[in-house]
Amino acid sequence: MSTAANNDFPTSAKVVVIGAGVVGNGVVGHLAELGWRDIVQIDKGPLPNPGGSTGHASNFIFPVDHNREMAALNLDSQRQYTEMGVNTECGGIEIARTEERMEELRRRMVSAKNWGIPARLVTPAEIKEMVPFINEEILHGGFYSPTVSVVDSLRAGTIFRERAQALGALQTFANVEVEDLIVEDGRNGAKRIVAVVTDRGRIDAEYVVICVGVWAPKLAAMAGTYIPLTPAVHQMIDVGPIPVLEETGKELGFPIIRDMDTFCYERQSAGSMEVGSYAHRPIFMKAEEIPSIKDSRLSPTELPITMDDFDPQLEQALELMPDILGTAEIKYAINGLLSLTPDAFPLIGPMPDVENLWSCCAVWIKEAPGAARMLAEWMTHGQPEIDPHHSDITRFYEYARNDSHVRARCAEHFQKTYGIVHPREQWASERGVRTAPYHDRTEALGAVYFLAGGMERPHWYESNAGLVEKFGVEGREHEWDARWWSPIINAEHLAMKDSVGMVDLAPFVVFEFDGPGTKDFLQSMTVNSVDVAVGKSIYTPLLDVNGGFRSDLTMLRIAENTYRVMTGAFDGPRDKYWFTSHLPADGSVHFQDLTSSYAVIGLWGPNARNVMQKLTESDVSHQGFPYGTTQEVLFGSIPVRLFRISYVGELGWEIYVQTEHARAVWDKVAAAGQEYGIVPVGAGVYGTTGRLEKGYRLMGSELDGEYTVVEAGLARPKVKSADFIGKAAYLEHREEDPAAILCTLTVEDHMSARDGIKRYMVGDETITTPDGERIVDRKGRVSVVTTAGSGPSYGKFLLLSYLPPALAVEGTDLCVYYMDELYPVKVAVVGSTPIFDPTDARMKS
Amino acid sequence: MPRILVCVKRVPAPGARITLTADHTAIDVKNLGFTTSPHEECAVEEAIRLVELHGGSATVLTLGPAEAEEQLRYAVSVGVTTAVHVTHPSLVGESDWDPQATAAALAEVIAGIEAADGPFDLILFGNESADAGGFQVGVRVARKLGRPIVNGIKSITLGETAVTAQRESTSGFEVYNLPLPAVLGVKEGLNLPRYPTLPGRLKSKKAPVATSTVEPVAGGLVTENFDNAAELVVQTTMLGTGEAAAPAIVDLIERLGLL
Repeated sequence: MSTAANNDFPTSAKVVVIGAGVVGNGVVGHLAELGWRDIVQIDKGPLPNPGGSTGHASNFIFPVDHNREMAALNLDSQRQYTEMGVNTECGGIEIARTEERMEELRRRMVSAKNWGIPARLVTPAEIKEMVPFINEEILHGGFYSPTVSVVDSLRAGTIFRERAQALGALQTFANVEVEDLIVEDGRNGAKRIVAVVTDRGRIDAEYVVICVGVWAPKLAAMAGTYIPLTPAVHQMIDVGPIPVLEETGKELGFPIIRDMDTFCYERQSAGSMEVGSYAHRPIFMKAEEIPSIKDSRLSPTELPITMDDFDPQLEQALELMPDILGTAEIKYAINGLLSLTPDAFPLIGPMPDVENLWSCCAVWIKEAPGAARMLAEWMTHGQPEIDPHHSDITRFYEYARNDSHVRARCAEHFQKTYGIVHPREQWASERGVRTAPYHDRTEALGAVYFLAGGMERPHWYESNAGLVEKFGVEGREHEWDARWWSPIINAEHLAMKDSVGMVDLAPFVVFEFDGPGTKDFLQSMTVNSVDVAVGKSIYTPLLDVNGGFRSDLTMLRIAENTYRVMTGAFDGPRDKYWFTSHLPADGSVHFQDLTSSYAVIGLWGPNARNVMQKLTESDVSHQGFPYGTTQEVLFGSIPVRLFRISYVGELGWEIYVQTEHARAVWDKVAAAGQEYGIVPVGAGVYGTTGRLEKGYRLMGSELDGEYTVVEAGLARPKVKSADFIGKAAYLEHREEDPAAILCTLTVEDHMSARDGIKRYMVGDETITTPDGERIVDRKGRVSVVTTAGSGPSYGKFLLLSYLPPALAVEGTDLCVYYMDELYPVKVAVVGSTPIFDPTDARMKS
Repeated sequence: MPRILVCVKRVPAPGARITLTADHTAIDVKNLGFTTSPHEECAVEEAIRLVELHGGSATVLTLGPAEAEEQLRYAVSVGVTTAVHVTHPSLVGESDWDPQATAAALAEVIAGIEAADGPFDLILFGNESADAGGFQVGVRVARKLGRPIVNGIKSITLGETAVTAQRESTSGFEVYNLPLPAVLGVKEGLNLPRYPTLPGRLKSKKAPVATSTVEPVAGGLVTENFDNAAELVVQTTMLGTGEAAAPAIVDLIERLGLL
């Protein structure tokens, strides 16, 4: 190393980007383009291939993903690779060896249609025509995606760096090892990053971005924080030479094959074939155990293959391509390292506990430029264009921020990499980690638990099985439609609406704000005014700077300077970060997370007041306890806070009770309800059937960063005078004609022409015109089913979807595209008016 | 038709740097894969080619821990007919016998095989193992079996009664003609070893591996400890970029006496 170079090493920077894989390079490129200067990028390895996961990637992109955010990142990345001239379309075929897989490929047709990606189902003979060396006899069919491509990710990285350098924004230093990340005390008890210490000196930095993939946990630990990913092995072999491939004279002359049922892929690489596998046992490493560059024979992320793990895949590959794989040699074989996260989504955004420290990790080649753009826009504008809801690194509860959880979940989903995963599918690992105080009671009732924020929440109760017959609930004939579902849900819905039900809402996230600055602070965060009388409640969206939804939640003003905030289990940690990262620095607002201090029980139904009156001596009449208000009352000796509200459209209350009293209160409610035939009601009703009939919007389903308050039908007649985040955008949205309106649709005919039985959508299907064309609004957004579910009281199956104004007309006939078939639907309600009990008489009287 | 034996050793496949254990008594193998010594990979390849040319059989033999079966099966996966694993309870992990003990054991096992199945016409060794680098085992085995040996071989022509072998010298090639049975120590460059095919790999998984156990004789070499050689420090000096660098490059070439 020359001494001259040492003198050039910077001692300060606006932002230090650690990592020069495709992600770090993308981040410096996009930051520079967005106007950032004085960027220093470092990597411990040499350029252009510093030895991370980028260097051994297979570099192909199958753009279709069931998840909108991931599909958007894939498509944005493909667009960027294309614009850089490093994207080569070769097409790809996901093949099915079973009928069950064919059904999954039909579902992929829907996702392809949703995101506008060309695709078609192909027969074994058509596959043979495209890939002459395939053994079509073992195939049922395939999903052909002509825009599947292979990219040069190393070249893309170099182009990104060169662009930043051309703008005078970037200095890159290879072969620099990070030794420490220095933090100091930041605002409101958080830490703040101030410097990066390297083997070539210290760089003081205002911002630091970690883009180091598999090494992320090691660097996060240096800053006293945690990045929840694990390095994991993905096995790959290169087999050749193969004359039929050599004769193409191309890197790729045939479509890439994804052998979905064996969790393998076959991808031509000039004259040889790369066979990759996700079929082996999960093989994890710790970041600090990854060998150094000097200790590595190939590179730190290309480890010696454990061939025994690959052997079953050899047989399957041979079965699929016997003619070409029978004689070719295994020239290269690795246990390649890549990053896995507990929920299989990337880790992008601000670290929740270290200010100005950002992460762009667990990103694969297919989504890397998109993820880099997301991160850079987020750092620049406070909100990226693509809603980062699933990728947001602040999404994890504390219980999930450790290696034990990460490994358990990664082991589970690694084995579903090419799996057929039902949208309602529940995790099998890390169960029973968070339970309600009265868990034994719900368990005794035969609760079938789904996870809500990691907490066990009853979805329905087997003890209610008898109600199915009583209410004449129909089952679902197709196993897929009935998976992770029960007709008991609909029966519980009807029983509650018939008399009364009690709902376990323990996963609710509860925050409390107090202090003299509380009202003004909350005003600055919310769309709707929080300046209400003590004892009243506020429902309000929280917006990002672009006026998209950041959250929607309910607040109670429980004292002049004290507000209690309740938000959903699925977004608790994100909401907590959003509030705490905006708290005033002057200490005028005190924040507490009371989630673990309270359990919540819902009591709803026409007899709810009768039951409640048995539980407390306080006046719970409509006059004594109006809708939307809150009071503290006693259930005997036990203090509880009641909030008269409903997410299921019925008269009743949420009962907030301190955890140590919660079991006793559960028993009291059950006992008081006995004479009215009270039933335990699961989240299947609370989250879907009851909610749908009321047209209530759910964050993450109907509400996200890409739709506005106006489009969601949640704009109030007046705008409060106080300023708040997203207000300027909100005002603009109120002025313009909405590009889409959230509507409730009814399914008019469930009969499948192909299957000859009734089919029931599960969500994320395409809404189409009657002739099957997808519907795109003037902002380029597609009409997709945001929630699907039964409306047991209304008597029809309901779908929510945004529609352009021209089609958002009651009575309009459209279709829903489900499993590669069209079903007729009708627009039943435009806007937020409930389809059932439109005047809310049942809950407001 | 010739009967050929190849003796191989399981060795670590290190990276750029060989890391030692804290007590300096062994190589730290936690990040390492294992392989057959590269010279021996060429020996295996040569045996397969000779059998492809002349018929006969190729046998692979190793003395080593249980894990060394991986190297035997690798040899089978590329075309060796028979595999023999010589073990002893003391051969665990990275423990290694000294060359005398190794050679004695190999000679004993080879003699046993030959007594049962007939003599090997040709026995191939790698010139030296990639880890210990003792350069002794092949010579000692040949001596014990009373057969001629030449080391450093980069070309083999097998005849009916003799083998012709070549090795590089500073001025060209030395050509040796050895009567059979004979022993050769071969070097990388002899050939380009093939990789296993998929069917080869799968077949090797099911192939039988004969095992035999031998007792070590006392050897003369004892491993005390290892030390890394001083790390090579590379000095990089930028001579300039583009055309501007040309005079500096010419100057450097002149200074180095290359012009």
